[in-house]
Amino acid sequence: MDDKKKFTTVSIPTPLFKKVEERIRDTGFTSVSSYVAYVLREVVSEEAEEEEPFTEEDEERVKERLRALGYID
Amino acid sequence: MKGEKLERALEEAGGMPSLEISLELVRECENIASGEFSPLTGFMGREDYEEVLDHMRLSSDLPWTIPIVLHTERERTDGFGDGREIVLTHEGRPVALMEVEESFPLDRKRHALGVYGTDDPDHPGVAKTNSMGGLLLGGEIRLLTQTESVFPQYHLRPIETRILFKEKGWRTVVGFQTRNVPHMGHEYLQKTSLSFTDGLLINPVIGRKKPGDFKDEVIIKAYQSLIENYYLRERAVLVTLQLDMRYAGPREAIFHSIVRKNYGCTHFIVGRDHAGVGNYYEPYAAHEIFENFPDLGISPLFFTSFFHCKRCGGVANDKTCPHPDSDHESFSGTRIRSLLTSGKRPPQEIMRPEIADIVLGWEEPFVA
Repeated sequence: MDDKKKFTTVSIPTPLFKKVEERIRDTGFTSVSSYVAYVLREVVSEEAEEEEPFTEEDEERVKERLRALGYID
Repeated sequence: MKGEKLERALEEAGGMPSLEISLELVRECENIASGEFSPLTGFMGREDYEEVLDHMRLSSDLPWTIPIVLHTERERTDGFGDGREIVLTHEGRPVALMEVEESFPLDRKRHALGVYGTDDPDHPGVAKTNSMGGLLLGGEIRLLTQTESVFPQYHLRPIETRILFKEKGWRTVVGFQTRNVPHMGHEYLQKTSLSFTDGLLINPVIGRKKPGDFKDEVIIKAYQSLIENYYLRERAVLVTLQLDMRYAGPREAIFHSIVRKNYGCTHFIVGRDHAGVGNYYEPYAAHEIFENFPDLGISPLFFTSFFHCKRCGGVANDKTCPHPDSDHESFSGTRIRSLLTSGKRPPQEIMRPEIADIVLGWEEPFVA
């Protein structure tokens, strides 16, 4: 996949850009973009809501198996 | 699949081209289908494969570090092309249906360098790469049948471990990966981590091993004894993971974390040279790689090297022990194996006697 499809442009205020540029000086981040991507990934993953991936029926069926195997009473 | 759904699928499969796959690929199918490899729902297509190799992320940007691929030889795909549904078989038995969305060539050198950081044929993962078929097939799968588990009483799928943790009231769970019989150092890691979480998942990897590794049966028997005698039943569980080791060091540390997150773990123990082999990886590269993944969804618990200190009177590490090296005894795997191989119990501060006796009582406890 070429880079044009992998990345898109987001605008941020210039003063904020300069603050971030200063903040990442002497760190492992090589660009404002890489730092912003890092922070946004963290924020997005924290906000992602996790639904219970099983139904009540699944739960009862599994609990039966867990009891039979001795994992629960 | 079960019942009518399975019957219909098997009927469909009867009319499809088939592709025989190895037991290793069968396990991959099962792990994809059961959620160990979530969010994957099939074998990787080119886009995901290349993103994983180059950027350690899926094309969706989710973290993923080890390509999960179905390899074969081009001549074995005569009779079907991209867009066709096929049945994957093992020893003639139908295992899964696969929609072949695309096929693309395997560049073995690129694969080896990308996954293992080396193309040295002595690296077991590189050797494996060199033996792979030259064509990769990508597409969704539907599992038809499950193979018999090697240890059925310990083989739980992610939905089962998540419900287990919920039943036990564990909001935080630390996962411990192992392919060894436990020594006192392992116990130290586990119990230290358990001090900060509600529960401990001891999760031995069962699958392809290299010569010199402990046999799976020995590991399970040893852990049965350890948990029964030295752990609280309400705090520790033993569950096996059927997975081939890649020995990909740092990349595999992330991969293993993701699998344990899928089990419902909130934390994962990462020691020195996790999933390493020989001297291919820096000792703490498997810690440093986590800096690239603020969105992993599971927190690593990093442990540096630890040892038994005669003066401290227990397991310690370089942050907790002020004494010189001359007071330290290491948990060297080589040394422990050497003692056991020559019929001797390691010192009890290194390995519990009952664990040593289990190994010593086995005729051939190591993989040949």
